[in-house]
Amino acid sequence: MMARKRQQVLVLYLANSALDSGVKGWTSYDGTGKKNYTTGDSLEAPYKTGLDALLDGWRVIQFPQLIPPYPGEEYSTSFMKYEYIFEKIVEID
Amino acid sequence: MIDKKYLLSSKQMAEFVARGFLRFDELVPTELNQKIMAEIDAGGIKGETAGTPLSQCYKGSSIRTLLDMPEIQGMIQSLVGENPLFDHDAIHVREPNQGAAQGMHADSIIDTRMDFDIQIMYFPHDIPLEMGGTLLLPGSQYRKVNEMDIARYQNFLGQIPMVCKAGSILILHHGIWHCGRQNQTNQRRYMFKVRLNPQVRQLRLWNTDDLETAKGAREIFAGQKDENDIQYILSKSEPWFEDASGRLEIVNRIKQWRFLTGDDSFDVHYWLSRLENRPSVSQSA
Ligand SMILES: [Fe+2]
Repeated sequence: MMARKRQQVLVLYLANSALDSGVKGWTSYDGTGKKNYTTGDSLEAPYKTGLDALLDGWRVIQFPQLIPPYPGEEYSTSFMKYEYIFEKIVEID
Repeated sequence: MIDKKYLLSSKQMAEFVARGFLRFDELVPTELNQKIMAEIDAGGIKGETAGTPLSQCYKGSSIRTLLDMPEIQGMIQSLVGENPLFDHDAIHVREPNQGAAQGMHADSIIDTRMDFDIQIMYFPHDIPLEMGGTLLLPGSQYRKVNEMDIARYQNFLGQIPMVCKAGSILILHHGIWHCGRQNQTNQRRYMFKVRLNPQVRQLRLWNTDDLETAKGAREIFAGQKDENDIQYILSKSEPWFEDASGRLEIVNRIKQWRFLTGDDSFDVHYWLSRLENRPSVSQSA
């Protein structure tokens, strides 16, 4: 019988464009339905750096692009810039 | 005009400019907290039409007593002037045992003004961590985002869940990122919020007696820094700041401080002076 597979997603917001820089923010979604993550549910980051997530078996599926600032907006801040997305594929019964 | 001693100091204003909020724990007396709770339960708190002067709102209500406390008048007058306008209010109720929190957001819509509104949040009863409390992200107020566009962000280093005792007050800049955390207790959670718009130019409305002495020196790396001066307060990084954007947040704060003081030469550790250096004198041969 084929094992059924589900995706778990981890989003890490890093300190700069390097994957091994520090984690500043984090978000999780669990496709197995076992865990319900929500806003403000943890005060400690799951990993210290993006690389630490790789070492723990997460596969990186998005590197944030480096986009130059729009003219006139060089000093303004908005969204988090270094959004790395990771996945794990897990088997469920 | 309220007695000067109740107005905010320049350092408190700098703290507000840097972090986007001020917090006053257990400020409101127990008796008033209980009165307001009873009024909330009876559905007796009624706001006015948007744009009504605050002085004409909540007549006969214990919310009026709360707003007339000299400490609260001092905060209001320091930030948005003596008679701001009522924008809207809300009694936020979080039902027991909620499955999820509210998504992270900034209130209203994207708002890029230097002039700012304040939101007063009042917590009439104790809020332990399991009950949630409003979650806020210090220093997020100058980020240009539109409301729920940021709902994907679940957690940040240095986020603050408002865990407090009854009678605590938060005063927020309109742009601050926040959400209602989930309430995992068996009791309902209450929070009263009112948004105020300034009617006067927000220029040195606080107690400026310490403004010049607290300003601080221009030096950047050399020498001892006074951990208490305005430049230091405005240069302090939040744990969630990215390396490069974190520097831009200091620039955002400098610009806000210039707006509030009218001092266009004010700088924090030379960040803007360097960029504003445009010599016009020719070198003599
Ligand atoms: Fe809100």
